[in-house]
Amino acid sequence: MTTLPIEPVPAAPPSIETPSAEPRWASLRGVNASDRIYRGVLTVLALFLPLLIVALFAQLFVSALPAIKRYGFSFLWTSTWDPVAEIYGAAPMIFGTLASSLIALLIAVPLALGVAIFLTEFAPRWVRQPVAFLVEMLAAIPSVVYGLWGVFVLIPFLRSYVVPPLKAVLGWTPFFQGVFYGNSLLAGGIILAIMIVPYIAAVSREVLLAVPSSQREAALGMGATRWEAVWTAVLPYGRAGLIGAVILGLGRALGETMAVTMVIGNRHDIALSALQPAYTMAAAIANEFSEATTNMYLSALFEVGLILFVITVLVNALARLLIWRVARGAAVGSKAL
Amino acid sequence: MKTSRFLALAALLCAAAPAAAQVQLNGAGASFPNIIYQKWILTFNQANPTTQLNYQSIGSGGGIRQFSDGTVDFGGTDAPMTDSAIAAIQGNVLHIPTVLGAIVATYNLPGVTAQLKFTPDVLADIFLGKITKWNDARIASVNAGVTLPATDIVVVHRADGSGTSYGWTDYLTKVSPEWASQVGKGSSVNWPVGLGGRGNEGVAATVNQTPGAIGYVELGYATINKMAFGQVRNSAGKFVAPTLEAVTAAAAGVLAKMGANTDFRVSLTNPDGATAYPISTMTWLLVHKTYADAAKAKALVQYIWWAETEGQAMAPDLGYAPLPQQLRPWIQARLKSITAGGHPVWAGSAAQ
Repeated sequence: MTTLPIEPVPAAPPSIETPSAEPRWASLRGVNASDRIYRGVLTVLALFLPLLIVALFAQLFVSALPAIKRYGFSFLWTSTWDPVAEIYGAAPMIFGTLASSLIALLIAVPLALGVAIFLTEFAPRWVRQPVAFLVEMLAAIPSVVYGLWGVFVLIPFLRSYVVPPLKAVLGWTPFFQGVFYGNSLLAGGIILAIMIVPYIAAVSREVLLAVPSSQREAALGMGATRWEAVWTAVLPYGRAGLIGAVILGLGRALGETMAVTMVIGNRHDIALSALQPAYTMAAAIANEFSEATTNMYLSALFEVGLILFVITVLVNALARLLIWRVARGAAVGSKAL
Repeated sequence: MKTSRFLALAALLCAAAPAAAQVQLNGAGASFPNIIYQKWILTFNQANPTTQLNYQSIGSGGGIRQFSDGTVDFGGTDAPMTDSAIAAIQGNVLHIPTVLGAIVATYNLPGVTAQLKFTPDVLADIFLGKITKWNDARIASVNAGVTLPATDIVVVHRADGSGTSYGWTDYLTKVSPEWASQVGKGSSVNWPVGLGGRGNEGVAATVNQTPGAIGYVELGYATINKMAFGQVRNSAGKFVAPTLEAVTAAAAGVLAKMGANTDFRVSLTNPDGATAYPISTMTWLLVHKTYADAAKAKALVQYIWWAETEGQAMAPDLGYAPLPQQLRPWIQARLKSITAGGHPVWAGSAAQ
């Protein structure tokens, strides 16, 4: 999301819809019984989902309570995970979740935005549909298939062709040190990147398509090149929607389990180097839940689930805020999100 | 399509006809014996159509949990229940061993074709991270004639909780005081070094893809997938390759110490016996001592006794080692002690 320049929207267009203070149907309220029943049913349905989230949170919290009581806040920043001695600290998993998602975003955002910009602004008409379709097809591949591909194709490829030059150039930084065994934070991040590209690309493409052509025409009319038109007129106009697209991808990256666990190395350890194995919260829960025999072990896993839940909610809330702040004008896509 | 549906419906109706005699038994637990359990259930059901058995392979921990909660009629586990877990259900549980297995040390060393030999302390020190190169003097000294590369050792362990990890760490705990104090045994432990793979297949894939890797998988899995695995020195000082015979020999070695009143919660690792493979494991069915439903208990006892007798013959083909014959009278005695409503349910099984 940092790749987008936040510039003032050139000539913010007048808002098309003037939202009235009251819902449109307000004047019809209470006209007859069937309307009231209809309204009641819809209200119940609408309340059902928020209630579900509250119930989910409550259940997680209650199940995690023994671990919260016993380990307190140190659960968040200690890194020993020893089921035999019943000592639990989730810091490596929290770190691994955030770090793998960050790597995924660093790779996926430029790629996905590039695809979206190419498809909406530059590609010849006959290319657009097939390519858009293929990119979206990536989203339909089950994550275990990505995992298998990661184990048998991506990791050997990284080991032979990517990591040696990477170490030669950037080996002096703390991020690329140590021996590369294959299963690593880097592999996990790359797999995640590939998995979230279709989401970011598809939503960004919709957002860019919704930018009125008057924006482009105005920029081109002022002597801008096509690239300048995209960069100064189209992208800023759609930035709220684009941020939404990125956050959607981030949300998916945070919670992805199967593909990540197959390539990330599943090690309860914090290493700054992307070449070292790591662990994510979702992967640890999936791996360890079925054999968690003691109550404290189960409770610790529930607490990990609670932390993941809270982080996901926070990320989404942050995205909302960002979109609202950026979209104070009438940027495209803000309403859809 | 329509015909087959009609047939299925007809079969369903026929099956439903003697509904009064139908018994439905649900079980869940260890995934290691799942293949033979499913085979047993299928074969037993053909001979006894009135008994419907169902076993879900959800893992040992889940099996113990569901069995203790009373969600299922019987459980399956690769790691025996702890004393506190047994106390939590007022001791209402019997461990009935079913088949044996072995855990092998599998490795990926390009260029090495000979079967490597491992001593217990070498295995422990590799997994403790103290031996880090394949050409370490302690590995080389027991593998005379093998040219070992100077590559790093990459340890691969199970990331998911598993009975296989329990067996492996149980063995290391017995042979290495340092392992016992630093790590201990469990279906998931705090591994000092290494990468985690999900399931036998995850460990196998990581080992196969990583030159210099060493991991542990079940013998049956390693055999089917033609993986390289090593011999391990047993307590008698002999290097033994993991075979089904060596596993049954391990059980026989432990048997001598058990006695007829055993609760079967024994560990097969590091047993006596010159031909015994030291990392052998046992898997158990968990049944209650008392059941509320006599018909259920009767059918369950009948099934288990069938599995312990006729069923054992199916084990070798499926990659499991059968139990030693000497165990049968002891198992029979346990099954005879199961009651429902205060009465033993064995009588019906006598026909078997």
